[in-house]
Amino acid sequence: MSRYTASGLSFLLDGEEVPMAPGDTVLQAAHRVGRYIPHLCWHPGLPAHGSCRLCMVNFNGRPVSACTALAAPGAVVECQTPALQAERRTLLQMLFVEGNHFCPSCERSGNCLLQATAYQHEMAGPHFEEFYPDRPVDASHPDMLLDHNRCILCGLCVRASELLDGKSVFAIAGHGTQCHLVVNSPSGQLADSALSVHDQAAGICPVGALMPKRVGFKDPIGQRRYDLHRVDEPHSQEAAPPASEDAP
Amino acid sequence: MNDAAPYPAPPARKLRVATTSLAGCFGCHMSLLDIDERLLTLIEHVEFDRSPLTDLKSVGPCDLGLIEGGLCNAENIEVLQAFRAQCKVLVAVGACAINGGLPAQRNRLDIGDVLREVYVHRPGTREDAQVPSDPELPLPLNQVRPIHEVVLIDYELPGCPPSADTFWAFFTDLLAGRTPRLAHGQIHYD
Repeated sequence: MSRYTASGLSFLLDGEEVPMAPGDTVLQAAHRVGRYIPHLCWHPGLPAHGSCRLCMVNFNGRPVSACTALAAPGAVVECQTPALQAERRTLLQMLFVEGNHFCPSCERSGNCLLQATAYQHEMAGPHFEEFYPDRPVDASHPDMLLDHNRCILCGLCVRASELLDGKSVFAIAGHGTQCHLVVNSPSGQLADSALSVHDQAAGICPVGALMPKRVGFKDPIGQRRYDLHRVDEPHSQEAAPPASEDAP
Repeated sequence: MNDAAPYPAPPARKLRVATTSLAGCFGCHMSLLDIDERLLTLIEHVEFDRSPLTDLKSVGPCDLGLIEGGLCNAENIEVLQAFRAQCKVLVAVGACAINGGLPAQRNRLDIGDVLREVYVHRPGTREDAQVPSDPELPLPLNQVRPIHEVVLIDYELPGCPPSADTFWAFFTDLLAGRTPRLAHGQIHYD
C-alpha cells in the first residue's frame, strides 16, 4: 500500500474520492490516480506555474487553480462543470489567437498538448480577433528550433532548464502582451546558449515552440500521440516522459 | 459518422446551399466531394445556388452558405458580404476561413514587398516587369484575415480540410433540425 492510501486522507473530485498526502496540490493528487484536470503549464516533477489557468476548479465553492491549491481532506472539488468547461474553451481561444497557431503546417500537430486540449473542449473556432504576432524565429542552434510565435509562456522549459538540467537557459521577460521567452546567452541566440538537444528542457515544450530539428513529420497521421490517445486519458498529457512524481 | 441512422425523408422544399472559395485552395470543396456516393443522398435534400460546382454567377437567397478560404483581397470581402446578406446560416469551412490559415503566414511581410518580389525582382522576369495594376484585378489586403472578423459566422467546420465525415455529420445534423455539434474525433485543425 502506497503512502498516499496509507494516509487515509482523501477529497472529492466531481463526486469521486481521490486519495491524497499532506502537502499535495489538487492537481498532483488527481494526476497520481489518473484523474484528468486540464492543464498546460503544469508538469509532474516540476513546481507549479499557475499561468495557463486551465486547471481552474471550484474548491469548496471557490474558484482556484488546481495546480497551486493545496488539497484538503474532505474538500469538495468540481472540475468538469459546463461553466468551467466553457471558461476553459475561452482560455484556449485566447491562447490560439495570441499566437500563430497554424496547425496544418506545424510539426507538432497531433503531438501538441494545446491542440489536443482544444479538441477535448470542442473548440471549433477562435472567436476573438487574431493577433498575428511577428516575433523572430530562432533557428541558430544546430539541433533545436525556437518559434516564439507558438510559445504559450507556460515556462516549462524555464523550470526544466533550471531545476532538471542545472543550466538556466531560458527566462520569461517583458510585460503584458509583450511578455516573451528569452535565451540566456551573450547574443540572445539559442546557438550561443548551453542548451543541448538531450536536455530535459529540450523535450518538455508542450506546443510547437521549442522543437528538435530534422525530425518533423516523422509520425504518420494516425500514429501521433493524440491520434491514439485522448488528452483526458490517464498520463497521456505530458510531452516529455514524466519525471519522478516525488521530485521537487 | 452515423451510417446506420435512417436519413430523414426528402423535404417538401429542398435546402438551398451556396458555396464559395475566397483565399482558399479548393481543398475544402474537394473534401466535401469526398462524401462520395453520399452526394446522391445529399442532393435529394439540398439544391445548390452559387457555387464553384454550379454555373450561377451571383448568390441568391439561401438557407446555408459554406465559405472556404480567408480574406486576402477586396473581391473576397464583396463576395463574403453578399453571402452574409443572402444566407440564413453562414459557415466558416476549413482553417483558412477560421483563422486565416497558412496564407496568413504572409501577414508578417509587407504586401508591396511581396508583390515586387514575385512580379518584378524574381529571376526570369522581364526588365520592364511591373506589379499588375489593371483596375479589373482586385487589390490585395495588407493582411490575410479570417472571415469572422468581417461578418457574423454561425458555425465553424475546422480542419485543413475538414474530413468528409465532418461535412456529412454537419449536414446530417442540420437536415434533421438539430444544432450541429462536432464530436471529439471530428474536430481537428490539421
